[in-house]
Amino acid sequence: MTVLRFSTYVIKKLFQKPATHLYPIKKQKFFERTRGHVAIDIDACIFCGMCSRKCPTGAIGVDRTAKQWDIERLKCIQCSCCVEVCPKKCLSMENAYTAPSEGSVKDVFHARVPDNQPDR
Amino acid sequence: MVDKQTITEVKVDELVDKAVLMKGQGYRLVQISCTFKDCFEITYSFDKDYELEHFRIYGERDEEILSISQVFFSAFLYENEMKDLFGVKIKDIAIDYQGGLYRVAQKTPFAPQKEEEEEAEHV
Amino acid sequence: MSKRSIVPFGPQHPVLPEPIHLDLVLEDEKVVEAIPSIGFVHRGLEKLVEKKEFTEYVYVAERICGICSFMHGMGYCQAVENILDIKVPDRAEYLRTLWAELSRIHSHLMWLGLLADAFGFESLFMHCWRLREQILDIFETTTGGRVIFSVCKIGGVRKDIDKDTLKGIVTILDKMQKELKELTDVFIEDYSVQHRLVGVGVLTKQEAHDVGAVGPMMRASGIAQDMRMLGYAAYKYLDFEPVVENDGDCYARTLVRIREIYQSMNLIRQCVEKMPEGEIEEKFKGMPQGERYERLEQPRGEVIYYVKANGTKFLDRVRVRTPTFTNVPALLKVLQGCELADVPMMVLTIDPCISCTER
Repeated sequence: MTVLRFSTYVIKKLFQKPATHLYPIKKQKFFERTRGHVAIDIDACIFCGMCSRKCPTGAIGVDRTAKQWDIERLKCIQCSCCVEVCPKKCLSMENAYTAPSEGSVKDVFHARVPDNQPDR
Repeated sequence: MVDKQTITEVKVDELVDKAVLMKGQGYRLVQISCTFKDCFEITYSFDKDYELEHFRIYGERDEEILSISQVFFSAFLYENEMKDLFGVKIKDIAIDYQGGLYRVAQKTPFAPQKEEEEEAEHV
Repeated sequence: MSKRSIVPFGPQHPVLPEPIHLDLVLEDEKVVEAIPSIGFVHRGLEKLVEKKEFTEYVYVAERICGICSFMHGMGYCQAVENILDIKVPDRAEYLRTLWAELSRIHSHLMWLGLLADAFGFESLFMHCWRLREQILDIFETTTGGRVIFSVCKIGGVRKDIDKDTLKGIVTILDKMQKELKELTDVFIEDYSVQHRLVGVGVLTKQEAHDVGAVGPMMRASGIAQDMRMLGYAAYKYLDFEPVVENDGDCYARTLVRIREIYQSMNLIRQCVEKMPEGEIEEKFKGMPQGERYERLEQPRGEVIYYVKANGTKFLDRVRVRTPTFTNVPALLKVLQGCELADVPMMVLTIDPCISCTER
């Protein structure tokens, strides 16, 4: 019968620094593979729509005529299906989480139109 | 060790006898699952020493099935779930929740053709 | 003549991680009968099969539960792979086993912490979870997520782990083993802990068999059955025995889970040693047709996946029978005859994962 068996461990830990860190005062460090949010290099995008078809939640919307790519942040489950399937490899998974929000957040990206477009 | 599984079809009235036989031979009840494809396919699985035996009954929509919870007490949860989600008519369950096991917005959500279901209830 | 009264327990209770309701019939302070009531987190995930293609359903299957998330994904993938008759490459099997065993360690550590919290030993609870953070960091380094990994797919796995990271995992586990030994010695030897656990909630071998208990509940009562012996994934190449105790009380269940943590660490070491080189996925064509019952050993017990496919990209039926669903009648049996103050302990001792139970 041992009593107070845990006391040596507790006293040892009293004099060490705490295991938690003060978030959000201290910034959180992420690992290399952390799935934070999806980012796009819009200039390389050809608007084929593969990412939108493969997305399991339907968070991505692609408009070929308007050259617009948008993503609904709160619907995205960070599964990286779109990243794997993109033929031009313009999608990437960044390792920072998006900021907390109060409603649905839709991030819209437009491709830059070059200045001298030939007349059609 | 290879996973041995056998599926046998039984008639609805032979079900309780088969359950008693399994209990006598030392099998334990593993699960009861239900699928609806033209008619109800209810599968009772029993296991002993890593070997699975499945017994399948094919029942019509309104057919009454006798519960095996008198033989295997743990069957009451599975049968209540089937009653709740699929609308299978099972009688004499050891603890009967009368369709209140899950709090669902629609009655028997997994059963197809809801308009026919409502017609059957009104009749 | 003692008075009978009915006390409702749950769905909100400080000791319960998830909502379950029990109506306890009491005679003075002893529980005579208990009637369970579940259904507070029913999400109808099995019906989503009609809307999501079979390749996309992995993401739904993973989210059935947060603690045993990887094994749900693995079970679903294995069932569909068996129907499609795909042979998963060896390296992918070893990687899946590695992640599955790490899941088991983190789940048992979480349970130990919750058990300590249930009898009021909060500093022990915090220290168990502090050790668990190291495992979650391993998950984040290798898969990208702490709780939901999204790393299993039909045909293999999506991410690979290089040699240095594998060696790093073994080093972390070796370092953790020393701290774990100090922690588990408290559970095994401390007087106040033993007073709450020994002789409480006894389930005999025959009762465990009749009522259909699975997992550590069953193994603590003397029945030696572990679904990993079936040899799925890489378990056929690894060397281990089911962990069994004979007393059947809460203390025996704690011992079983503690010894399973050490066994899992050993299995991970064997995996890292024996891991072969090679591909991590097998591409496949075609639609599944047929049905399959797949059995796995989750941290809480035996889980059965029933998948029925009809040749189109939408499956006919996916049915998950999770271990806590089967352990609820065992809980009712164990509750009969115990004191009211021991009820939270009993509920925790089956390791309830109510979101699994109700999908």
